[in-house]
Amino acid sequence: MTRGHIVFITLLGVAGFIGLDFASSTPLNPYAAPPLMSLGSGLAATGAHCAAPPPSN
Amino acid sequence: MSTPATTLPSSAPGFMSRSVVVVGLAVLVLALAMAAGPRYGALLAIGMGFGLALEGFRFGFTGPWRRMMLHRDASGLLAQLICIAIVAMAAFPMLASNGAEIKGAHAPIGLAMIGGAFVFGASMQIVMGCGSGTLVNAGSGNAVAALALPFFAIGSFGGAYHLTWWTSLGSLPVVVLSGTSGLAITLAGLLAIGGVAIFFGAKDSWRIPRRYWMAVAALAGLAILHLMIAGQPWGVVYGLGLWVAKGAVAFGADLSGSPFWAAPGNVERVASSVLTDVTSLTDFGLIFGAALVAWWRSGLGAPIGTYPVRAWIAVVIAGLFLGYSSRLAFGCNIGAFFSGIGTGSAHGWVWFVAAFVGSWFGIKLRPLLGLEGRT
Repeated sequence: MTRGHIVFITLLGVAGFIGLDFASSTPLNPYAAPPLMSLGSGLAATGAHCAAPPPSN
Repeated sequence: MSTPATTLPSSAPGFMSRSVVVVGLAVLVLALAMAAGPRYGALLAIGMGFGLALEGFRFGFTGPWRRMMLHRDASGLLAQLICIAIVAMAAFPMLASNGAEIKGAHAPIGLAMIGGAFVFGASMQIVMGCGSGTLVNAGSGNAVAALALPFFAIGSFGGAYHLTWWTSLGSLPVVVLSGTSGLAITLAGLLAIGGVAIFFGAKDSWRIPRRYWMAVAALAGLAILHLMIAGQPWGVVYGLGLWVAKGAVAFGADLSGSPFWAAPGNVERVASSVLTDVTSLTDFGLIFGAALVAWWRSGLGAPIGTYPVRAWIAVVIAGLFLGYSSRLAFGCNIGAFFSGIGTGSAHGWVWFVAAFVGSWFGIKLRPLLGLEGRT
């Protein structure tokens, strides 16, 4: 087995996951999407981050 | 100064092949921007840029720490500190003037956070890859990283699932350095660590190779762009846990028993497309960018390394630990060390100390686990 096989398997796994998720998750809607830049948008950032403190019990 | 990153074998892909692949990736980014929104396309492109820079310049976080400890080579660690300093000089003013739109990687210091950072430091040395490093290595054909990655994701999901229990063991309030004084303290701290690295480093190891300078410029620029576009700093491990959460829900799992995954924001993200999740997009981009560089160099024909069975078992366990511990630690090298310090979070400094100590144990464990020749 070569590194190329590993790359192929990894990319296949990522593509497969994205495909399955695309089929099962809420449909994409570019008209409800946030603006390109958060900076200057006047909107609060809503993305998740690993450093965000957890919700309290 | 050697330049192995730019030396190509004669069997490297031709101009036409490269052009087709680069255009294909650009089309992928544009298609995502049109289908999901411009921000998401931009974040995928930024993630690819991270992957290109890390793999293309052979830069990372785990290796430089290892070289500092084993060979007293301070150059990589110094490059990391300079990169964080550049990001901080841009991030602090942005956070001060646009706090409603931009948030930092701010987390509390706590017992589980410190323990998590220690375990993460040890585990990343066993796998030879941190959060970004595991993605980049998997994308470039490293079998150890490719095996560790799914278990990293499972561990990240599990760590997030139990996160509130762990933080209840004891946490301080979130401490954030901000404004001009906060930036001055941050830069002074980075300078002090750099001074310690130079003091303990070998003679002339403070000289930073050109490829590291290029990596620093690329990573700092992309990280600042990421902050401006996403409204949050670069992170890695949330996305990995989200992938498993999505898989679990798809198979009928009920996550309402976890305060973390039952929180409204996370329920919404599990239901939404992964193509609209900030960290998932940059994670995908890291893999794609690294794969592109590996293919570009024509290094994909090389055989994967051979290891004893116990080494592969160790990789699986270390992968689980990487994911689980990074959630308790509120981030990996990127989310806590790079972005935490870069946006003024005190937990980033504590994370660095704990993970650095843990790295020493990980380096000692690697040969015992069959992952390299014993020294």
